Amino acid sequence: MEILNALALFANFVFVPATAYGAQLALGALGVTLIFGILRFANFSHGEMMSFGAMASILATWGMQEAGVSIAPFPTALLALPIGVAAAIGMALATDRMVFRFYRKQRSNPIVMAIVSVGVMFVLAGIIRLIIGPDDQSFADGERFIINARDSRAALGLDEGIAIKQTQVITLVVALAVMSALFWFLQKTRSGKAMRAYSDDEDLALLSGISPERVVAICWIIAAALAAIAGTLYGLDKTYKPFIFMQILLPIFAATILGGIGQPVGAILGAFIVAYSEVMVTYAFRKVLAYLGPEGWAPEGLVQLLSTDYKFAVSFIILVAVLLIRPTGIIRGKVI
Amino acid sequence: MNQRVLLLYGLMGLVLLFVGFFQSWNVAFGIFNLCVISAIMALGVNMQWGYAGLFNVGVMGFTALGGLAAVLISMPPVAAAWQVAGGDLALSVLALGGTVVAVVAARRAIPRPLKMPATFLILLIGYFVIGVFFGPATDKIEAIDPALSGYLGGLGLPVLVAWPVGALVAAGAGWFIGRIALGLRADYLAIATLGISEIIIAIIKYEEWLSRGVKNVTGIPRPVPYEVDLVQQDWFIGFANFFGASDLSEAASLFVKLCYALLFVAVLAVVMWFAERALRSPWGRMMRAIRDNREAAAAMGKDVKKRHLQTFVLGCAVCGLAGAMLTTLDGQLTPTSYIPLRYTFLIWVMVILGGSGNNWGAVLGGFVIWFLWVQAEPLGNWFMQAVTAPFPEGSQFADHLVSGAAYTRYLLMGGILLVVMRFAPRGLIPERSTGRAA
Amino acid sequence: MSFLSATGMTGGYGGLDIITDCTLTVETGEIAVVVGPNGAGKSTAMKAVFGMLNLREGTVTLDGEDITALPPQDRVPKGMAFVPQNRNVFVSLSVEENLEMGGFIRDDDLSDTKDLVFSLFPVLAEKRRQPAGELSGGQRQQVAVGRALMTKPKLLMLDEPTAGVSPIVMDELFDKILEIADTGVAILMVEQNARQALEIADHGFVLVQGRNRFTDTGEALLANEEVRRSFLGG
Repeated sequence: MEILNALALFANFVFVPATAYGAQLALGALGVTLIFGILRFANFSHGEMMSFGAMASILATWGMQEAGVSIAPFPTALLALPIGVAAAIGMALATDRMVFRFYRKQRSNPIVMAIVSVGVMFVLAGIIRLIIGPDDQSFADGERFIINARDSRAALGLDEGIAIKQTQVITLVVALAVMSALFWFLQKTRSGKAMRAYSDDEDLALLSGISPERVVAICWIIAAALAAIAGTLYGLDKTYKPFIFMQILLPIFAATILGGIGQPVGAILGAFIVAYSEVMVTYAFRKVLAYLGPEGWAPEGLVQLLSTDYKFAVSFIILVAVLLIRPTGIIRGKVI
Repeated sequence: MNQRVLLLYGLMGLVLLFVGFFQSWNVAFGIFNLCVISAIMALGVNMQWGYAGLFNVGVMGFTALGGLAAVLISMPPVAAAWQVAGGDLALSVLALGGTVVAVVAARRAIPRPLKMPATFLILLIGYFVIGVFFGPATDKIEAIDPALSGYLGGLGLPVLVAWPVGALVAAGAGWFIGRIALGLRADYLAIATLGISEIIIAIIKYEEWLSRGVKNVTGIPRPVPYEVDLVQQDWFIGFANFFGASDLSEAASLFVKLCYALLFVAVLAVVMWFAERALRSPWGRMMRAIRDNREAAAAMGKDVKKRHLQTFVLGCAVCGLAGAMLTTLDGQLTPTSYIPLRYTFLIWVMVILGGSGNNWGAVLGGFVIWFLWVQAEPLGNWFMQAVTAPFPEGSQFADHLVSGAAYTRYLLMGGILLVVMRFAPRGLIPERSTGRAA
Repeated sequence: MSFLSATGMTGGYGGLDIITDCTLTVETGEIAVVVGPNGAGKSTAMKAVFGMLNLREGTVTLDGEDITALPPQDRVPKGMAFVPQNRNVFVSLSVEENLEMGGFIRDDDLSDTKDLVFSLFPVLAEKRRQPAGELSGGQRQQVAVGRALMTKPKLLMLDEPTAGVSPIVMDELFDKILEIADTGVAILMVEQNARQALEIADHGFVLVQGRNRFTDTGEALLANEEVRRSFLGG
C-alpha cells in the first residue's frame, strides 16, 4: 500500500508532468535537429520561432473566443493551432528568403549562420514583444482535468492521487500524431527520402537532381510547424511567457546533441532523457521516501538534488557529460 | 593608423562633444565611461571571434563573474556571518576536498568499466554530505540581518584589486568550458557558453549567502572620491571656482566621472596595447592562419585546440575585467540586470559593426553601439509617439505600442547585426589584409 | 559530331588553369577512357564536362545540343549521369532508397529500371534494405553505378570506379561496364588502372598537365611504344 502510494506520488509529480514536458521538448528538438541536418547550423532563433507560433495561436484563440467559437470541452487553442502553424511557417520562409538564403548560397561557415540566427532571434523577440507585450498570457480554456486528484484517490483507493491535466494528454496525443506523421514523411515519401539524402550528402543530392531550395524550404516548413506546435502546447500546459523561450533553448540543444545531431529519433530520445532528468533532479523526494521508509519516519531535508531555480543546470550537466563522453550523441550524429 | 580610422574616431569624438555642449558634460562623460567599458568587452570578444573565429554566446556570464569578484573583494566582511557559520563552512570545504580526493583515488584504483558509475556515486554521496553542513550554514548566514546583509560579505580589499581578480575568475570559467567544448564542432562551444552563462547568472541570483541575490549588493567602495566629500574640500571648491563652475555638486559629479574616465582609459590602453602586440606577433599570425584554414594549420602541426583554448581564456579574462569595472562604476551588483541582450548580444553587435579581427574596429564599435543603445530608448519612444500620433487619445492600440517602445531595442540591435553581416561583413574598420590572395 | 563532344576546355579553380584546350569525345554505345599521370587533370576534366567547373573557354555539346552553360543538376535531365570518385552513395539510406534517389527526377514508375540494376548487380538485390554505408567497397561502387543508371542516362561518366577495390572486383566491374555500354549507353571514365581500362576502351585519351597528349583507339594506345613506356609502365 505504502509502495503504491509512493508510486502514485511519483507518477503525479514526476512522471506525468515530465512526460508532457518531454513531448514539448521533443517537438522543439526535432526542428533544431532537422535544421542541423539539412542547413547544417545551430539555429538559435528556434526558441523564438516557438514563441512566435505560440503567440499567433494565442491571438487566434482570443479572436475565436471573442467570436464565441468554442470546441468545449477542448481548449479553443487547439482550433487556433493551424493558424499559429501557418504564421510560423510564413515567418520561417520569410527569414530564410531575407536572411539565411544569402549565406547558404555563399556556402558560409556554419558558425556565421549561427551568429546570424542569433540576430534573427533578437529581431523575432522584438517583434513578439511589440505585438503581444512582454507579460505572461494565459489562454487555456475548456476542461482543466481529465482525472482530478480527488477522483483518482477514490478510484485507486490510495492516499495519493494522480491528477492528469487535459493539456498534458493533448500534448502527448498531438506530439505522437505529429511525430508519426514526420517519420512516415521521412521514411516513405519521395520528398522525405530526398531530405534524408540531402542531409547525408549535399553534393551527391545535387547530382541526383534533388533541388536544394526545395529541400531547404520543406525543412523550414516542418521545423516551423513543429516549433509552433511545441510553443503552443508549452504555453497551454503552463502559461505563455515570452522570456522563457530564450531559456528553453538550452534543454533543446542539450536534447539535440545528446540524441546525435541530425538524428530525429535521437532528438526525441534526448528530449525525454533531459525532461525526466530535469524533473527528477529538481523534485523533492521527501514524501516519497517517507512512504517507502518505516512507519512514522520521514527524511529530515527535502531530499532534493537541486532547487528548481537551477533546473536548466541539469540540461547543462547533461550537455557537458555528452561532450566529454560521447560528442557524437546516442545515435551517431554529424560531428565536424 | 590610416585616415579612415582617424576620421571615424574623430566623428565619434565630435558626437560626444556635441552631447557635452548641447546636453550636458555629465551626460557626455557618463556615456563615455560606459563606452570605454563596452570597448574593453568588445576587445575581449574580438580576441575570441576576430582572432580565432570562436562564437561565445555567454559573454554575459563572464562579465557577471567579474561583477561578483568586485563584491567579494571589496565589500567588508560580515563578521557575524563568519561567526555563526564559519565552522559549518569549514566542514563543507573539508567535505568538498574529501569528495575530490575520493574521486581521484577511485578513478585510479577502479578498473575501467566501473570508473564512470563509481565516480558518479562518489559525487552523489559527496554532494549530500556537503549539503549536510552547507545547508544549515547558508540558512544561518541568510538569517543575519536579512534586510541589510544576510551574506558573507567580501574581503574588504580595495576595489581595484577586484579587476584583475575578476579577470582571473572569468578566465577560470572560460578554461573549464573551453576544455570541454573546444576541439569539437564549432557550434558546441556556442551552446556550451550559452549554458554556463545562464548558470552563472542563476548562482548570483539565487545564492544569497554569496551575493545577496536579488536583494542586490549596494555601496561597493569606490576607487575614486565621493561627491559628498568633494564639495566640502577646500581644494576642490577652489578648483571648481577656477573653472568657473556654477553648481558645485554638479562639478563634483563631473569630477568623479572624470576620475573614472582616466582610470578606464588607462585600462583600455593597456588591454589595447596587449591585444595589438598579440595580434602582430607570430602568435597572432598563427591564430589567424588557424582561423582561415584550420585543416592546413592542423596539418602543419599546430595544436589547434590548445591555441583556441588560449585565445578563448584570454577573451573571457578581458570580459571579466570589464565586468568588474562595470560593477565598480555602478557601485552595485544587480543580478536581475544581467540579460543576454545587453551583456552578450550587444557586445557581439559592437564587434561585428566595428570590424571583426580589428582591435581598433572593436573599440570603435563599442563606442558607437553603446551610444546608440543609450539613445535608442528616447528614439524608440519618439518613434512610437510619432507613429501613434494619428490615433485618438486613449486608444488601446496606441498605448500598447508606446508601452512596447523599450523593445524596439531588440529590433534595432538585431537589425544592425543582420544588415552589417549581410552588406558590410568586414565592418567599419576592416581587418588589415594578411596578404591573402583575392 | 560525336554524341558527347567537349572541345577546347580551359579552366580551373581560383584563376589557375588546371586543364588547357582539353578535348574529350564519346560515341553512343562506346567506352572512352581518360588516363594519365597523377595531377594530369583527369578528374578536373570530368568535372568540367559535367559542369562542376567554370570553363573559361571551350564548349560541351551533348547529342548536338550546346550545354556549356547548364549547371550540373540541369544536365541530369539531358541524359548525363556522373559517379564521383568519393562519397558517391548516400550512406545512411538503404540500397533501394539510393536507387530511388538516383531516379529522383523521373516522374514515371522506377521499378523496371530498378529491376534492371538488380539484374546487373544481383548482390544489391539481396541487400536492398541494408544501409549503403554498411556495404563493402566494391558493393558500394555497384550502388553508385546503379544510382547513376536510374535516370536511364545516355552518357554515363565514371570517375575512377575501381579506386580501392581488389583486382577481382575490378575485373567484375569492368565486365559490368561493358554490359552497360552494350545497351547503348556512352561511357566516359577516368581510370588509374590504365592498361586494363584501355583494354576495354573503344577510345582513349592520355592527358598530361591538363592537355591532350595522345588520342586514339584503346588498342592503338596499348600498342603505342611511347604510351606504354611513359604511362603504362613498360
